Amino acid sequence: MTRRWRNGIAIFAVAWALAACSGGPAPQVLLNASYDPTREFYREFDAAFAAHWRAQSGQEVLVQSSHGGSGKQARAVIDGLRADVVTLALSGDIDAIAANARSLPPDWQSRLPNNSSPYTSTIVFLVRKGNPKGIQDWGDLAKPGVGVVTPNPKTSGGARWNYLAAWAWGERQFAGDRAQILDYVGKLYRNAPILDTGARGSTTTFAQRRIGDVLVAWENEAFLVRNGPGGDAFELVTPSISVRAEPPVALVDRNVDAKGTRAVAQAYLEYLYSPVGQKLAAKHYYRPSKPELADPADLARFGQAELVDIAHFGGWAKAQAEHFAEGGLFDQIFQPAP
Amino acid sequence: MSADPALAEPAWLRRLLIALVVVAMGLLVALPLAVVIVESLAQGWQAYVAAIAEAETLAAIRLTLLVAAITVPLNAVFGIAAAWALTRYEFRGKRLLLALIDLPFAISPVVAGLVFVLLFGAQGWFGPWLAERDLQVIFALPGIVLATVFITFPFVARELIPLMAAQGRDEEEAAASLGAGGWTLFWRVTVPNIRWALLYGVLLCNARAMGEFGAVSVVSGHIRGLTNTLPLQVEILHNEFSFAAAFAVASLLTVLALLTLVLKAWLEARHGDALARSGRH
Repeated sequence: MTRRWRNGIAIFAVAWALAACSGGPAPQVLLNASYDPTREFYREFDAAFAAHWRAQSGQEVLVQSSHGGSGKQARAVIDGLRADVVTLALSGDIDAIAANARSLPPDWQSRLPNNSSPYTSTIVFLVRKGNPKGIQDWGDLAKPGVGVVTPNPKTSGGARWNYLAAWAWGERQFAGDRAQILDYVGKLYRNAPILDTGARGSTTTFAQRRIGDVLVAWENEAFLVRNGPGGDAFELVTPSISVRAEPPVALVDRNVDAKGTRAVAQAYLEYLYSPVGQKLAAKHYYRPSKPELADPADLARFGQAELVDIAHFGGWAKAQAEHFAEGGLFDQIFQPAP
Repeated sequence: MSADPALAEPAWLRRLLIALVVVAMGLLVALPLAVVIVESLAQGWQAYVAAIAEAETLAAIRLTLLVAAITVPLNAVFGIAAAWALTRYEFRGKRLLLALIDLPFAISPVVAGLVFVLLFGAQGWFGPWLAERDLQVIFALPGIVLATVFITFPFVARELIPLMAAQGRDEEEAAASLGAGGWTLFWRVTVPNIRWALLYGVLLCNARAMGEFGAVSVVSGHIRGLTNTLPLQVEILHNEFSFAAAFAVASLLTVLALLTLVLKAWLEARHGDALARSGRH
């Protein structure tokens, strides 16, 4: 009996040691820390880049990726996730890495074209088939009896863009009259039955749990739902005005220097701006920063809207302090239903 | 029927209680279980197999097995050592040690994960020291194993301590007086006495090691095909609208849980006496 036990343990230990030591010579490995909805795009882009790099340098490259909430990913890189490149939702998150871990310079955003944003996105509406509530523009979201699904701006980057897009419409509609804008945005948020913590949570609330009449969502996310399984139950509505969100990309200097991957990481980011990268971005419903390089058929899917960027709101630092900070405008207008 | 009529509840009360338990079990246990199985097959068998055979899911299965393969033997050894120390020796601080063994049960797994980030993260206590030596703990296998070992530490020890305390040292002392050496004594006397409780603890430890989400989520870094365990893979697939795939992977974990349950029931049926002495069923 005892011998059998000991033999069993010995066999187990050997098997485990073999399992742990397997694996041949490794190719060049890159780690891309990204945010949630980019999975499909980067999966295809990574394969294209690997082929490109092999043709150009003869080296094999394996791109690994990690996805999560943009702020959470930034935190992970600060805590030591060895990402060679970060491709996040908000420039503020990469600023946080620069400020807290000093693993890239503060002026990182000027190192690549178009504020380091190879693609942009905007905020649109997803409504139920046939658009039963007749939702065409931001004003319709504040009407009585319309259920709006949007995440909480306190926790979600995408939700802040939703809020700012509604604000931009209010500014134009009420010619800058602050009291009327506040009243409008307040009505909109009182129509929101649930504020999920992230954009994906809201999409699930709207599409899977079938709550609400309109989902305020990232354009790429809305397309993903509408073209996915069961997507014909939804329609996409582009409002008259929206935001130009610029999800930035950056090289994490300290990590690439430690791993000796600077050249391939730099090439990876530059390839995002190439015709292949731009075409793939448009294919996956991101608006390419150089639309002339993308497939016109892909571009034709995007609705026409007047787009304002974060500079319109005085930059992220100012918008954050004015609207979303503790006691800011969002706190003043949004009182959760008792 | 109860032999003592004074203890017999009225028939209606008995039926009501049984009905309540059956309904509660149906709603809280059987229904979710059925949902996992039905949803995982919502797009057919082929989609199910394809979801499991996907490279990232296979990598998650490998990682989960590897983490369990490291964690479970470690905690079996730790558990035996802890139970031995706490039941065979008298020393100061023994009660404190007993209480500390239960700490992983009491603490939130997220806090457990964060503790390791604060210790071994780049900004943590040992971060600079590790960075100088190019050692990666957090967001790599060592961090995931550490977090899992921490979370599953009490399972084996908690099964063994009451049993070994109840058994006392008589048999070991008898063996020693007959001239048995330390190892002989351990393998011939102690292990046979505790083996079923040990196996039971190992089963529970294994189930939790493979199923742990919170602590591992904090230290994983979520690198696809590298640091995602099965529970994390379920969350990722669900977040990516791959609901059928998410449920397919979840069904793997469910099958694992059912297997554990069957083994546990078998152990109890066959070796109930030995387990009863360990004070819990």
